[in-house]
Amino acid sequence: MNGVHDMGGIDGFGKVEAEPNEPTFHETWEGRVIAMVRAIGTNGGINLDMQRFSREILPPQVYLTSSYYQKWFLALEQSMIARGMIGADEVEAGHSLHENPPLKRGTFTMKDVERVTTRGSFRREPRLAPAFAVGKRVRTKNINPVTHTRLPRYARGRSGTIERINGCHVFPDTNAREQGENPQWLYTVVFSGHDLWGDDADPTLQVSIEAFEPYLEPV
Amino acid sequence: MEHDRHDDHASELSDMQLRTRALETILLEKGYIEPAAIDVLIETYEKKIGPRNGAQVVAKAWVDSKFRQWLFEDGTAAIATLGFGGRSGNHLVALENTPAVHNMTVCTLCSCYPWAVLGLPPLWYKSAPYRSRAVADPRGVLKDFGVDLPKDTEIRVWDSTAELRYLVVPMRPAGTEGWSEEKLADLVTRDSMIGTGFPKNPGDAS
Repeated sequence: MNGVHDMGGIDGFGKVEAEPNEPTFHETWEGRVIAMVRAIGTNGGINLDMQRFSREILPPQVYLTSSYYQKWFLALEQSMIARGMIGADEVEAGHSLHENPPLKRGTFTMKDVERVTTRGSFRREPRLAPAFAVGKRVRTKNINPVTHTRLPRYARGRSGTIERINGCHVFPDTNAREQGENPQWLYTVVFSGHDLWGDDADPTLQVSIEAFEPYLEPV
Repeated sequence: MEHDRHDDHASELSDMQLRTRALETILLEKGYIEPAAIDVLIETYEKKIGPRNGAQVVAKAWVDSKFRQWLFEDGTAAIATLGFGGRSGNHLVALENTPAVHNMTVCTLCSCYPWAVLGLPPLWYKSAPYRSRAVADPRGVLKDFGVDLPKDTEIRVWDSTAELRYLVVPMRPAGTEGWSEEKLADLVTRDSMIGTGFPKNPGDAS
C-alpha cells in the first residue's frame, strides 16, 4: 500500500541522530512487546508479512508519531483483535473474559524459543527457470496495490539492471494476505542514482533493491 | 522519527507499561504464552546477539583470505561456521568496502537488519530521517555521522526489501599488521558494518 511507511526519498524528516551507547531496549516493556510479537507470530500463525502489513495499516498520524515498539504493540493488539484471538473488551478489562481455541501451534513455551531465534528460511524450490538473467536490463512495474508489497514507490517504473539472482523466495504480496507462499524468483536490481532521482542525483550513487519477479518486466 | 525517543514522554511511558502488562496478562490467561519463555527470548535479544558477532566475522575476513573469499561468495555458509545465523540470518550477504566502493545498508519500508550478526537495530536505523534519506542523499546522511567520503568513491546503497540481510565488511585500518583477530574485532564498530561509519583506528583500541 502507498503508506507513510514507504519512506525512501521523502524530504523533511531532518537529521539522523544517533544515540551513543544505546541500550537494546530503552524500557522493559519494549522487550516484552517484541517477544510477544514473535511468540504470537510463530505459534499463532501470523507470518512476518502479515506482521509487517499490520504495522503499515496503522493510521499515518499514529505511524509517524508513535515510537518503534509502540507501533509493534498497537499492530499486535489490532491484528489479534482482527483475528478473534483476543477481544477489544478484554483489552479494555486487562483480563481474559472469553474462551478461545488454542494457538495453531499451542502455547508458546521454552521449547519454541529456539525456533523463533533460529528458524526462518524464506527460500523455496523453484518450479520454473528465472525469467531474467544477470546483466539484463529490466523495468520495475508501476504497481499500486492497496495491500502489502515490497516494491518501494521510489523504485517503481524505473529501469535497472539485474545484478544477482537470489533464488526463489516466499512472495510477501500474497503471503501477507493468507493467499499462500506463491514462491517467486528474487533478484537484486541495481539502479543508477540518476535513474531514480534525476539530474540532481549524486553521480556516484547506485541503489539496489531486492525485487520479486512479478515486480519486473523486460525493457 | 527524530523524536522517536521515549525518555521525554513520561506519561506515555507508564501508559505503555500498563498496556503491555494488560496484554501479556490476557495472553497468559488464554494459555497463549508462558511468561518464562518470553523472558528467555528477551534475554536472547539482549545478551546473545549483538554487533560483537559481526565484528568477529569482519576480523576473520581481515586476517584469513580463504574465509574472506568464501564470505563474499556465500555469506550465509561462511558466517554459520562461526556459529551465527538464525532469524534473518538465513540469507546473509557480505559486502566488501574498497577504496572505490562504499556500501551502506537501509530498510526504507520497515526495519530489516542482520540481527544474527548485529543484534537489534539502533533507533536511528529505524527512524524516518535515515529511512527517507539513505537512498536519495547518502552522502548527506554520512555527514550526520561525521563521515566524509572521497568525492569519487562510488556509494552503493542496499535497500533490504526482502529476506536477504547485508553485512558491510569495512576496510582494515592501516597500522594493524600482525594483530590478532580478537584485537582486530575490538576495532570493528557496529556502524562500520552498516556502512555509516569506519572502524576505529589502532590508537583508539580499548
